[in-house]
Amino acid sequence: MMLSIKQQPFRAAVLVLVWGWLLFLVLAPNMLVVGASVMTRDPSTFIALPLNLDAYRQLFNPLYLEVFLHSLYMAAITTLVCLLIGYPFAWALSRVDKRQQMLLIFLLIVPFWTNSLVRTYALKLILATNGLLNSALISLGVLDEPAQLLYTEGAVIVGLVYLLLPFMILPLYSVFEDLRDDVLLASHDLGAGRFATFKNVIVPLTLPGVLAGVMLVLLPAMGLFFVPDILGGSRNLLVGNVIKNQFLDARNWPFGAAASIVLTLTMALLMFAHRLSKRRLGEEGA
Amino acid sequence: MTETLLSLSDISKQFDDKTVLDELSLTIDDGEFITLLGPSGCGKTTLLRMMAGFELPDQGTVTLSGVDITQTPPENRPLNTVFQNYALFPHMSVFDNVAYGLKMEKRPKAEIQERVEEALAMVQLEDFAKRKPHQLSGGQQQRVAIARAVVKRPKMLLLDEPLSALDYKLRRTMQVELKRLQRELGITFVFVTHDQEEALSMSDRIVVLKDGRIQQLGTPREVYERPANVFTARFVGQTNFFPGRVTKIEGERISVDVFGLNRDLSKPSFRVAMNQSLHVLLRPEDIRVLAPNDTEGVAGKIVERNYKGSTLDSVIELEDGSHVMASEFFDEDDPAFDYSIGERVRVSWVDGWEWLLAEEGDEPLTDEEELAADDAEH
Repeated sequence: MMLSIKQQPFRAAVLVLVWGWLLFLVLAPNMLVVGASVMTRDPSTFIALPLNLDAYRQLFNPLYLEVFLHSLYMAAITTLVCLLIGYPFAWALSRVDKRQQMLLIFLLIVPFWTNSLVRTYALKLILATNGLLNSALISLGVLDEPAQLLYTEGAVIVGLVYLLLPFMILPLYSVFEDLRDDVLLASHDLGAGRFATFKNVIVPLTLPGVLAGVMLVLLPAMGLFFVPDILGGSRNLLVGNVIKNQFLDARNWPFGAAASIVLTLTMALLMFAHRLSKRRLGEEGA
Repeated sequence: MTETLLSLSDISKQFDDKTVLDELSLTIDDGEFITLLGPSGCGKTTLLRMMAGFELPDQGTVTLSGVDITQTPPENRPLNTVFQNYALFPHMSVFDNVAYGLKMEKRPKAEIQERVEEALAMVQLEDFAKRKPHQLSGGQQQRVAIARAVVKRPKMLLLDEPLSALDYKLRRTMQVELKRLQRELGITFVFVTHDQEEALSMSDRIVVLKDGRIQQLGTPREVYERPANVFTARFVGQTNFFPGRVTKIEGERISVDVFGLNRDLSKPSFRVAMNQSLHVLLRPEDIRVLAPNDTEGVAGKIVERNYKGSTLDSVIELEDGSHVMASEFFDEDDPAFDYSIGERVRVSWVDGWEWLLAEEGDEPLTDEEELAADDAEH
């Protein structure tokens, strides 16, 4: 039985709020970005008519293509490292007793209470030439003189992994929580060893979590411009740096907007893949 | 037929200092349908998991066809399990679920195709091969789980409360179907349940378990009609426990005083002494409810009556306050058959239908006694 809006004021209010939020704070700004990307750069008003696709054409400039590819490369390494650490971590997390589980999840969430910019500066102090890590390695006799850790590609990746690891672990933890023991036992019972069970049962059943984690890590890893700003020096740029520079320094809004739309489309593509993998598991439709 | 297939000897298992199995030994014959029956926590599921290889015993050995398999991992045991919640692989079609075990054996494609189809036909699911488990009803998922387990032609099928998630009617159907499958396949079935009715109707033999020990091992008839102890008598079916006292021992006959009636009974298998107290057990269907003017039996009054379709179940309160359960088949010709609550009757039984048990030291209270004790406290 359907109730009218009048009979359910709370429901109506929530719906209006959610839709209003999505329309005015998500859809409208994105439309503005789409609009800006097809306009012409203007020194005084930032954007002006006529409409054209110059900004997109500019994206194929070898210089920017190289930045995009390098950024994608660093993001991919970051995602891979997060996956390699996060997968076994999430697995273990789902198998320890409830009390330890609460504690570990708490520890995973604690860093969110500190601004990520502050945490990145803290990382800079550790990685600096005379920083904690170098001093420790020298006093332990591992190194004779400080190594160049800061302003390297490695530093950027460490920073990205540090900031994004929880976003990989949490969705993986949720799929491992849903992975029932008896399904694994059934696999063994039917003659599968550890590796065959991992390949045929565990991996396919945790794939949605892997894709969700990749989505939550890969895209932000291309956009977190302050990490290369603080840890990376001038050579290790992310797409996020390009976008930021176009808006704030180069004042080329159409180009910045076009780059940002390419990022959004990449995200949409990943989400589509995620949906497909979930449908294969039969979590949607019937 | 009576060849030993699996034997467990002196199996013990503890979880967190709690003894789950206590030096338990059991031999399972080839081709039989054996049921592990007991309340939750009695160790029946642990015992089954030990046969499957999911749990290792702290002590004792498991032998299959003369080979020690105590330490053999589950994937190398020629046994298969039907899990309580089916444990189907949600990402695979029905066909792939059933084919899984054969693929692990690296069977040729054509053989897999043929055997899977055969297994699905056996559980009447030929048309569902392409479906995913979530597109099936509970009963259908159950059948897939069975097909998946029998397609490998195991020496033994282990079933862990496989019917507990189904509704009553479907349970009945599946019980019949499982029996049929067992006959057709000739595979040994080890069936775990806490449902005594299910155990009685399906098994060749029943193992009654409590606190990790076997209470009784026998055919359904033996377990029901000649329970080995008070626990088994209480757990399997409903039972009236009448207090008896031995008044005379004469050769193979003894006299027992029950509610002031002197009954002449045959001597039980355990030792009896004069004036010894013992339990006289009578199933509700052994009780005869007689008219109040009858000369036989004990006087009481009806306090509860329950129309069950084919039987009329009633509870009679005797003058000393104890309750007697009676279950009688309808007799249309008997005008006095239907009682009303409060009606005065007499209760009796046919000599020879009773079963005697010695009193045990620390007997558990029945639910009723527990309730009465609770009431007394308040």
